[in-house]
Amino acid sequence: MAKTDVIMPQMGESIAEGTITKWLKQPGDSVRRDEPLFEISTDKVDAEIPSPAAGVLAEIKVGEGETVEVNTVVAAIADSADEVSDASGDKPAKSDDGDKSDNGDKPAKSDGGGTPARADGSDGDRAQEKQPAAATAGAGARTATADASKDELRRTRSTPLVRRIAAEKGIDISQIQGTGISGRVTKQDLLEYIEAGGPAVSPTRQREAPAEPSAPATPSAPAPAAAPSGAPSSYRSPTGPTILPPSPTFPPDASEVVEPMSTMRKKIAEHMVHSKRTSAHVHSIYEIDCSNIMNTRAAVQREFVQRHGQKLTVTPFFVKAAVEALRAIPLLNASIDGDNIVYKKSINIGVAVALEWGLIVPVIHNADELSLVGINKRVADLANRARNKQLKPEEVQGGTFTITNPGIFGSMFGTPVINQPQVAILGMGMVEKRVRVTKDDAIVIKPMMYSCISYDHRLVDGAVADQWMIHLKHTLETADFKALL
Amino acid sequence: MATQMSKTTAPAIRPWCDVQNLGVVPYARGLELQAELVEQRAANRIGDRLLLLEHPHVITMGRDSHEENVLLDRERLARRGVELHECGRGGDVTYHGPGQLVAYPILDLRPDRCDLHRYVRDLESVLIGVLDDFGVLGHRVPGRTGVWVRRAETAARSNASSASESSGTVTEIAPKVEMASEAKVAAIGVRVSRWITSHGIALNVATDLRYFDLIVPCGLTGSAVTSLGQLVQPAPSVAEVGARFAAHFGRVFGRRMRAVGSA
Repeated sequence: MAKTDVIMPQMGESIAEGTITKWLKQPGDSVRRDEPLFEISTDKVDAEIPSPAAGVLAEIKVGEGETVEVNTVVAAIADSADEVSDASGDKPAKSDDGDKSDNGDKPAKSDGGGTPARADGSDGDRAQEKQPAAATAGAGARTATADASKDELRRTRSTPLVRRIAAEKGIDISQIQGTGISGRVTKQDLLEYIEAGGPAVSPTRQREAPAEPSAPATPSAPAPAAAPSGAPSSYRSPTGPTILPPSPTFPPDASEVVEPMSTMRKKIAEHMVHSKRTSAHVHSIYEIDCSNIMNTRAAVQREFVQRHGQKLTVTPFFVKAAVEALRAIPLLNASIDGDNIVYKKSINIGVAVALEWGLIVPVIHNADELSLVGINKRVADLANRARNKQLKPEEVQGGTFTITNPGIFGSMFGTPVINQPQVAILGMGMVEKRVRVTKDDAIVIKPMMYSCISYDHRLVDGAVADQWMIHLKHTLETADFKALL
Repeated sequence: MATQMSKTTAPAIRPWCDVQNLGVVPYARGLELQAELVEQRAANRIGDRLLLLEHPHVITMGRDSHEENVLLDRERLARRGVELHECGRGGDVTYHGPGQLVAYPILDLRPDRCDLHRYVRDLESVLIGVLDDFGVLGHRVPGRTGVWVRRAETAARSNASSASESSGTVTEIAPKVEMASEAKVAAIGVRVSRWITSHGIALNVATDLRYFDLIVPCGLTGSAVTSLGQLVQPAPSVAEVGARFAAHFGRVFGRRMRAVGSA
């Protein structure tokens, strides 16, 4: 009697669907447990999926060339050959929740796929019914990844159960205010949404769904309290004109010239005010002895220019040292999202570039993959293309930490404003020869720089920021950069 | 366990990965060898292994291949000394040939790397590291697996010679328009069975790029292909690049690399 559902497995964190490229077994074939059953393909990878159980392949529900969401039932395996014949009458016995097995038995599907209702419920019809439904869901998922914001992605990346219920009811998850981690839509949210009226298409299912034992019909979590606050995600850009403080009104006067702000100017204004309102800025200033990096540069500059056709600048040393410090102390590579700390796996360093018409922060993605030479090239490339207005949108997005260099204009140090939703920004000062007193009371002349870390005290305490700066300072002053060239 | 945990500074011992330099291997032999090694790896008779090799001229069609992306028929290809093969890796059509580093990791992704996207991104990371060693800036292009370089890197060198030819004032006034700004230097096509990997990457080192004209690489019409040899002078050898690949592979996948004799 026992039948095992074969599901589309989740083959990676970011993989929401899979395309079946080949069935290695046909209905009626016997399979051993772990024997390859079908093949899927996703993003240049072909993967063989082993059978979850031994028995006979009773039914293939998703054909070759079709794309379905992860956890969709793609086939059923029966215990032995004699069950194949009467499989159509049985509901799969092994099924962890009611939703999955109910799929085929519902005469009228409510998922808006326009499928004609079938009452006879034979196997063939089931397979046909399943296909448009799966295709619709798949298409929806693709659109979402294509143009959804990061915020929406997090929200729509709900559990398979929630997605399945939503798909069955034809509900667009992104329309629901989520109360889960990072605003994810939980099952509770979804059920409340349905209860509150939702799209209300399938009254029978509506009564069924909340009856599941794990889900009380009334909310037990303090969800309503969280909802009115509008989930203040730091990712959400500030809305409307409220962001700029009311400006004084000027009486018309011939001695003034009025000029509308450029789009970039307005954006910068918005971002700066938003950041100052969002983060509790604290600044810590360290003095860095630049002898090590200056000596390295002097020693290799000539050969470097010959080999790479560009100068080795000071910035890549700071990027490299910052990468090392972020690896050691990942808190400064994190973000705040509501009440959660979001640690970023990638280290993407933004490097502020001053433009004649403003300021832009292109991002060195995965800066930890690159050598000093690679970083130098990337910085030059990004800065150059920033000045020629050739940056692509993704090249100014996704930064996890920012470095800015006000020192090039001669300031001793700046106290930069954090680039949201990041939690820290490093400001470089001007390198200047200063008189220092050594431990043994000798007076020496050293190239020195004041370097400022601005950090968000909501997340980063002074001690952590200081440890981070000490790490950075230590790398810059002692690392053998020549060996890295 | 508890005592081990308390030694917070002691890093976990990284597993070995055997590196096998195979030289030039016919494509069919390469497939056989991989199939054998995958079986052996699955049965735990061998550890992780990295095969480094070159193939004679061959055009291979991955699982997602479209016939129309091979521009000549089998017979005409044969006359040019190019084989045509179908194989069970992901991806569309590609070309392999002398001067191209091919790396096939036979790697068990269990227990901690069971993520197909992560595996592909990690291979890209290895390749970016290798290019970086030769002073070439490689990068990813979202949605187009593989490693790419910006055309400006190639253009900068050829500009000097072509500048004298462009006498027209139009070219001087017109802003620099980069037509196909990116060129692909390395391709990725992977197979995973029971979380054991096969197939892998192909990095153009001194590849005769004219052979790519026989296909639409990876089904990407209008995109360019380049090689390390076009980007660095003098061009490094395939063996040299292979050694760098092994080193970066060890770094990215947390393996200790050691050479074993050829099979």
